[in-house]
Amino acid sequence: MPQIFVKIDAEKCKGCNLCVEACPKKILSSGRDARNKYGYRAVTANGSEDCTGCLNCALMCPDGAIAVYKRQ
Amino acid sequence: MLPLFEYTKGMREEHTSYCPGCTHGIAHRLIMEALCERGELGRAIGVVPIGCSIVAHNYMNVDMCESMHGRAPAIASGIKRVHPDNIVFTYQGDGDLASIGTGEIIHAAHRGENFTTFFINNAVYGMTGGQMAPTTLIGQKTTTTAGGRSEAANGKPLRMAEIIATIESAAFVERVSLDSPANVRKAKKATLRALETQKAGVGFSFVEFLSTCPTNWGLSPIASLEWLRTDMIPYYPLGNFKTKEIGR
Repeated sequence: MPQIFVKIDAEKCKGCNLCVEACPKKILSSGRDARNKYGYRAVTANGSEDCTGCLNCALMCPDGAIAVYKRQ
Repeated sequence: MLPLFEYTKGMREEHTSYCPGCTHGIAHRLIMEALCERGELGRAIGVVPIGCSIVAHNYMNVDMCESMHGRAPAIASGIKRVHPDNIVFTYQGDGDLASIGTGEIIHAAHRGENFTTFFINNAVYGMTGGQMAPTTLIGQKTTTTAGGRSEAANGKPLRMAEIIATIESAAFVERVSLDSPANVRKAKKATLRALETQKAGVGFSFVEFLSTCPTNWGLSPIASLEWLRTDMIPYYPLGNFKTKEIGR
């Protein structure tokens, strides 16, 4: 089970993909199918164990859609 | 679950009206995080300009005042003089601060008004539809310079941080960029230092954020960050231009 957990608020995400670009482990991917109520395809996290919790994705998100948690 | 990063309480949980990939959202968050960390959220007063960030008062969870075009520094001067114990800041774009409001910002710095200005430089007028700003780069295409800005017709872009740094009463002047996680971290530090400068009553503090405008640049959000790095930063060098020591 991954220790670090990236939570993406699909309703706030505008699909700009700045987080996808910023992630050094490439665990985020741009949304493909479902659109949120504003018409954007939200980014998804693949829940990989590679995530180091560097917070690059959250730092680059202009819309506050990303929160990062560590399991205890 | 231990939170490593959560959206700051300084921002209201609202969907912002900014375009996808616009770094206004990052600048908003950094300023509000800094105020939140310093415990100033309930005592901060912001003044917002005309431009895309005219709506910032809907998103920043502090008391805010709307100003006329370019006149945010004059309003902030008044607020700070009446409420010297509150943190007062203005948040202005380049179409606002570097063109119609140039006189206001220079004289606020000249009087050494003890507030902080956050200047968002994205080299274009955003809200009005991508016209040339004083900060538009040579060769950059905008709706009013369809063939690219030419030096012969339009002169060279203004470097506001350098101009403010030459003013004796300005206490803290720094230019930062929002193009990468490392630079976002540096921008946060500059924001904190500007607020400390104001708290210590040393004088006027000014932070310039190099920002993107994917819509009016005609680029994707990721290509916009790349253009910021390759074209804007060489003309607008990052770094601290002035720091007056706190406590002197």
